[in-house]
Amino acid sequence: MSTSTSGLRLHGFPGGLKMRHHKQVSCRQPPAVAEIPKRLYIPIGQHQGEVGTLRVEPGERVLRGQALTASEDDFVVPAHASTSGKVAGVVEWPASWPPGSSRRCIELISDGCDESIEPQPLPDWQSRDSEAIINHLRAGGLAGLGGAMFPTAAKLRGDWGGLDTLILNGAECEPWISCDEMLMRIRPEAIINGARILARAVSAGRVLIAIEDPMDEVGAALESARRQMDSANIVRIVRIPAIYPEGGERQLIQTLTGLEVPHDGLPQDLGLVCHNVATAAAAFDAVARGWPLTERLVTVTGPGILEPRNFSARIGTRIAELVSQAGGYTDQATRLVLGGPMSGIALPSDDIPITKGSNCILALEADQVSRPHPTLPCINCTECVRVCPAGLLPQLLFKAVAADHEDEAAELNLFDCIECGCCAQVCPSHIPLVDWYRHGKDRLRLKRLDQRRAALAKRRFEARQSRLEKAEAERQARRERRRQKLAAPDQAKSEIQAAIERARGKKD
Amino acid sequence: MLAAILTLAAMVAVIGLVLLWLGRRFMPDEESLVEQINARLPQTQCAQCGYPGCRPYAEAIASGEADINQCPPGGDEGVRDLADLLGVEPKPLDERCGEHKPPLVAIIDEDRCIGCTLCIQACPVDAIIGAARQMHTVLLDECTGCELCLPPCPVDCIDLVERERPTVWPRPERIAIRVRAA
Repeated sequence: MSTSTSGLRLHGFPGGLKMRHHKQVSCRQPPAVAEIPKRLYIPIGQHQGEVGTLRVEPGERVLRGQALTASEDDFVVPAHASTSGKVAGVVEWPASWPPGSSRRCIELISDGCDESIEPQPLPDWQSRDSEAIINHLRAGGLAGLGGAMFPTAAKLRGDWGGLDTLILNGAECEPWISCDEMLMRIRPEAIINGARILARAVSAGRVLIAIEDPMDEVGAALESARRQMDSANIVRIVRIPAIYPEGGERQLIQTLTGLEVPHDGLPQDLGLVCHNVATAAAAFDAVARGWPLTERLVTVTGPGILEPRNFSARIGTRIAELVSQAGGYTDQATRLVLGGPMSGIALPSDDIPITKGSNCILALEADQVSRPHPTLPCINCTECVRVCPAGLLPQLLFKAVAADHEDEAAELNLFDCIECGCCAQVCPSHIPLVDWYRHGKDRLRLKRLDQRRAALAKRRFEARQSRLEKAEAERQARRERRRQKLAAPDQAKSEIQAAIERARGKKD
Repeated sequence: MLAAILTLAAMVAVIGLVLLWLGRRFMPDEESLVEQINARLPQTQCAQCGYPGCRPYAEAIASGEADINQCPPGGDEGVRDLADLLGVEPKPLDERCGEHKPPLVAIIDEDRCIGCTLCIQACPVDAIIGAARQMHTVLLDECTGCELCLPPCPVDCIDLVERERPTVWPRPERIAIRVRAA
C-alpha cells in the first residue's frame, strides 16, 4: 500500500475498512453562518479533565469571548460566552456522553447585539517563546476540536525533548463528516498559520498536514496558502489513501512515519505531536486575532436532513436549531447521531448543545440504521482480527469481557482499542463488539479504582494500627516504670533525700 | 534378590529424602498466604467478619480458623476470588455477618455534631478529622463506609450514603433469536 507523495514514503496501518464517503452531500454549498439562538446552553466542562470554577453570576451581562469559568491549570479549559447576553443561571442540561446523562450548562440569553470583548491577540507571536503561546492558547479555551476535546495546552506543554514533527490531522476518514474538509477549503491560510503557531509552541521543525486522497480542492487550497505563508518552508501537505480509521491519531502516525505509538506511551515519545486542523485554525484565531474559541464548523447531514450542509455554529447552540436551519428532518428520519456513523453516539434528543468537540450531526433513516440483529455465537472467523487497526484480537477480547475476566482482557490490551467499530461492522454474528469493549473498559476502570481505594485503606489501617501499638507500648513502659518505683520505696526515699540535699546545697 | 531389595530400599530412601527437602524448601509460606488473602479482601476494615480488620481475618482464614464467606463488603464475588485462591468450593455469603451493600461513605451532619471525638477513635482508617468540641468531618476519599463510626455517635449525626461511582457502559443484552412459532 505504500505510495510516494511529495517525497514522503507512506507506510499504512493494519486492518481498516474502505467505505463510501457520502461527503459530497454536505459539501455542495459553502458553510452557512448559523443564526445565534435566543438561548444558548454552554457546558461548563467541555473537555477531558476537571471543570473550572464559575466566574459569572446569574443575571450578569456577558460579552462574546468573555471567560465564564476560570482555568487553574492546563487540564482545566475555560468556557467562553458565545455571544453577548445575560447569564440566566446554571442548569442541568442533557449531554451526549455518557448516553442519557446531563451536564451542568450555563444558560445564556442572547441580547441580539452579539457584542464582543476587545480582542486580545498575542502581539508578535513569531518571536514569542512557547510558554507565552501555550498560555495564550489555554486562555483561549482550546481543546482538541477533532472530537476528543483534549486540552490543547496540556498536549503542547511539557519537556518532551526532541519533539521534531507536528502532524495536523485533516484526514477526516469517517463517512458523512465534512467539517474539516470545508474548513480547509475556506480557511487554508488560518490552518497554515495555526500550524506555524503550534509548531512554534513545541519548537517543531516540521509540519505534516495529512489530507485524504480524494480531497483535490483542499489540496490545492492548502498548497497555495502554504506558498504564501510558509516562508520558512516547514509545512508539507501529505495525501494519504482514504481508509477508515486513518484519522485515528495512532493510525495516522503509523501511516505517515511507519512508527507505532507504544501502547502505554504517547506520540510525544516518538517526537511527534498530533492536532486536528480545526484546532490549528482555532489556535490562529486565539493567538493572531485574539478570539477565544466560541464557534466551530459543524456538519449537519445525512439522509434524514432536508438540506445537508456545514454551519459555523456558536458553542452552546442546540442541535434542533441547526437542524431547522438545514431545512429540518425528513419524514423518515429515525436516528440522530453525534459524530460519524461508525464511532458516533446516538442521541436521545436534539436539545443537546454543540460543544467544542461536536463535528457532525447525522440524521439517519430507518434503512440505514442496522436492525437489531439477533446476536449469534462467535464462530472464530477472525474477520475482526483482519480489520482491527490496532492489531488486537477482538474475538478473544470479546470472550474475555463476556466471561467477566477483565484481567485477561487487560492482558489482551483492551485499552488499546480505539472503538472504531470496524470489528462490529464486519462481524457475521452481529455481535455488538464495541459495546462489549466499552463495558469491559468501564468495568476494568472501576476495578482498578476499587483496588486503589483498598490499597489506600490498607495503608491507613496499618499506619493506625502501628500508631496504636506504639502508644500502647509507651503506656505499658510508663506503667512498668511507675510500678518499679513503687516496688522499691527505699530508693524513692533516697532519691527524694538527694533532691532535698541538692536544693539545700544551692541555697547555701 | 537381596541386592534388588536393598537397591530399591536405597532408592526409596534417597528419593524420599529429596522430596522431603523439596517439600520443606518450597513450603507455602504462611506469611505470604496471609498477604495473598489480604490482597483479595476489600480493606473496608468493618469487622463484620468478627475479626478486628481485614488482616486479622486473612490470618484467621490462613490458619483455618475462619471460613471464606464472612466478608459482606466483598460479596459473592469476593468469596469466589478467595475460593479461587485457596482451591476450595465457593459458598454463599454467611448471612449472620451482614448483607452485601453497594460502596458507602459516611457523612457527618456538621450542624448536629457536638465534637465528642468518639467517631474519630472508632474510625479504623483515620478518615475523620476534628478535635474536642470542634466540628468533625469525614475525608470522603479515605472513608471505606465501614459503619463503625455509627454506634459511638451520641447525637446520631452520621449518615451513610452510597458512594458516587463512575457509570459503567451497560452490558450488551443478548437479543433472542426468534424461533418460528410451531
